[in-house]
Amino acid sequence: MEKVVEMKGISKIFPGVVANDNVDFELLKGEIHVLLGENGAGKTTLMNVLYGLYQQDAGEIYIKGKKVEMKSPKEAIDLGIGMVHQHFMLVHNFTVAENIILGKEPRSGMNVDMKKAVKDTKDLADKYGFNINPNDIIEDITVGQQQKVEILKSLYRGADILILDEPTAVLTPQEIDELGVILRNLVSQGKSIILITHKLKEVMSISDRVTILRRGKVVDTLNTKDTNIDELAEKMVGRKVNLVVDKKPLNAGKTIFKVEDLQALDYRKLPAVKGVSFEVHAGEIFAIAGVDGNGQSELIETIVGLRKPTGGKVIINDEDITGKSPRQISEAGIAHIPEDRHKRGLILKESLAENAVLGNHYRAPFAKGIMMDYVKIKEYARKLINDFDVRTPSENVSAASLSGGNQQKMVAAREINKDPDLLIAAQPTRGLDVGAIEYIHKRLVAERDKGKAVLLVSLELDEVMSLADRIGVIYDGKIVDIIDRKDATEQKLGILMAGGTLKKTQGGAEGEAIRG
Amino acid sequence: MSSGSIPGAIVLLTATLRLATPLMLTSLGGVFSEKSGVVNIGLEGIMTTGAFFAVYGSYISGNPWIGVLFAMLSGAIVAGIHAVLSIHLKADQVISGTAINVFAAALTNFLIFKFYGVFSQTPGVTPVPYPRDAMLKIPVIGTFLSELNWFVFLAFGLVILSTYILNKTVFGLRIRAVGEHPRAADTLGVDVYKIRYICVILSGVLGGLGGATLSIGMMNMYLNNMVSGRGFIALAAMIFGNWKPLGSMGACLIFAFADALSLYAKKFGLPLPQEFYASLPYLLTMIALAGFVGKTTAPREDGIPYTKGER
Repeated sequence: MEKVVEMKGISKIFPGVVANDNVDFELLKGEIHVLLGENGAGKTTLMNVLYGLYQQDAGEIYIKGKKVEMKSPKEAIDLGIGMVHQHFMLVHNFTVAENIILGKEPRSGMNVDMKKAVKDTKDLADKYGFNINPNDIIEDITVGQQQKVEILKSLYRGADILILDEPTAVLTPQEIDELGVILRNLVSQGKSIILITHKLKEVMSISDRVTILRRGKVVDTLNTKDTNIDELAEKMVGRKVNLVVDKKPLNAGKTIFKVEDLQALDYRKLPAVKGVSFEVHAGEIFAIAGVDGNGQSELIETIVGLRKPTGGKVIINDEDITGKSPRQISEAGIAHIPEDRHKRGLILKESLAENAVLGNHYRAPFAKGIMMDYVKIKEYARKLINDFDVRTPSENVSAASLSGGNQQKMVAAREINKDPDLLIAAQPTRGLDVGAIEYIHKRLVAERDKGKAVLLVSLELDEVMSLADRIGVIYDGKIVDIIDRKDATEQKLGILMAGGTLKKTQGGAEGEAIRG
Repeated sequence: MSSGSIPGAIVLLTATLRLATPLMLTSLGGVFSEKSGVVNIGLEGIMTTGAFFAVYGSYISGNPWIGVLFAMLSGAIVAGIHAVLSIHLKADQVISGTAINVFAAALTNFLIFKFYGVFSQTPGVTPVPYPRDAMLKIPVIGTFLSELNWFVFLAFGLVILSTYILNKTVFGLRIRAVGEHPRAADTLGVDVYKIRYICVILSGVLGGLGGATLSIGMMNMYLNNMVSGRGFIALAAMIFGNWKPLGSMGACLIFAFADALSLYAKKFGLPLPQEFYASLPYLLTMIALAGFVGKTTAPREDGIPYTKGER
């Protein structure tokens, strides 16, 4: 089999980090090759080197047997390499066609030949079976469609080697299946594909071969059919991983928390939460599943007081906290692990000690009048760091200096230690590696087992399936259905997440559907 | 101006057009710079430099068109400084622009003394002539057109040309892409730095032209502080006009109308104090800048330096 890409001894050093350490990687013609590794393992760096966005500090790259220098993406594009980045590289207010032709515009004189641009786009989309309208504006189409635009962009430039960076992170299960079909289709037309991911299930379902990276080094390259999820997980993390979360049987108590017909606007002043109702009981994890951008963020922000509701009620322990301030809500017994730890969870430039008491900083024992008691604060921070296994040189370093996983542990530690009646965890494992995910999950389940109410918001179906006792699926600002975990399948949830309905909801009273 | 027999409304209209011209040219400069993603608050200083060097060029050559050339060139050079600072050195663009404003005011003040040995204003030079005779031959609107100088026609022509460039050409598509999502453009092989340099320098050329309109278009000399905030008004017009040439033009006309009103208000005998009219353009600017004019959208990466290969 022909080697279309061969990378030999690639090293790339960023200030303070060896991102790639003597990495060898090869891609055969007509294969789907997964680059597997945890966050920070160096997968994206390696591919950015291949795509000419970074220059390697050592090592050589061969494309179709020829040694090449990748000084910029231009060389890579000329050599037939296309990259679909994790964060899409699309101009939001351009049309599909404009995005596709940018940089390689069909011209008539000085002008862009938009007619030809639209036609070329249409032809290309038809050829590969993509259902897409060239004249749609990017910000009006779904994320799944945007991804297709990205792939078309590469194909338009004649790419026969495609790199996809975490392509499934933003897709519904159905869209993931569809992507799989598209990729198989591309391979059958002679393309070769590199897929970057940290999701093990996709490796098994989509790929032919897999190369595992850990801390910038290649651990192994395996044929997918000769391996299994457990082996991949172990090689990726470097130790045995328990992928199944141990949970005690459900022992749900009284209703702790209740949302009734809650409504709120998004930042554009358009309705984002359109009449959401649900309850969370003591001792259960209630999960809100859904594709990103369906009102989850606004819902949580409204509950915790960061956003004013335009209607409805929020009730905890029979106390109406609708529209109260975040501090009043926190004092009423709600703790919140926010979805964006950098924006809302931590003050990155402040020390871990200061971050450890945020939200409690104003009261005893951390404050005496207007003075902060740093002895107490640091003592408390050390306790949290110890209890939650936060890897840090000390409590005095800035929060910014920690890895994402350790930052998240710090946030979780702080919020859980507030000993709330309701713990809200919004995408608590976003961007974390397997080890940290395992830890956070254990902690959330421990809170549940202690009899606390836990409200989980997650975009990851796996997470929802392994943690939740009941699942509310959110679509377009409404909870389209609430189902018991034992009745839920990925397929059912997928249908609901895409806005569909289940003919007949199984399950008892808890599983009753609330339709908006 | 020979306004003896011309009706008041026409006087007001021609004054509006004349006063709008420096603003229009400069705000076009702003549009190009900001569409590519570089905030150019230094337009005030660029106008100042352009106004001065237009006079200087006309002075040494006796030809006002050489003055115009000098204005464009000096604007380009000052904008070039801003480009290097904000594109390559990734300085804060507002600080860099402010520095340019302070620098330009001081430089021109110094050069007046250096070149002419006097303070605060240059001697008179040959201004750019009005195309009066040619225009008077046009029937019906000839009298009206004869009250307008070349810059007015140039400004309107450039507005149309800029609209065309930004919306129809390959270059325009790339400018917009670079201002909205430079990394996307970069990954497609578009040279972000090159496009931003061209646009910022172009904004200097246009700003310089705007300055020349003030000094050798409407007058025949350079006075200290003659720009007096018009660079900022042009920026406000650009925001008001939603970063579009035609929109900016409309905003400039509104500001200029307010300005013209203050000049001719007495003549119309309106019972409001003069100070009110004098403050009108500035009041409008503040209202525009405070965002009271509905939804305008800046290019997404406006003002953010682009770093290749950033983690």
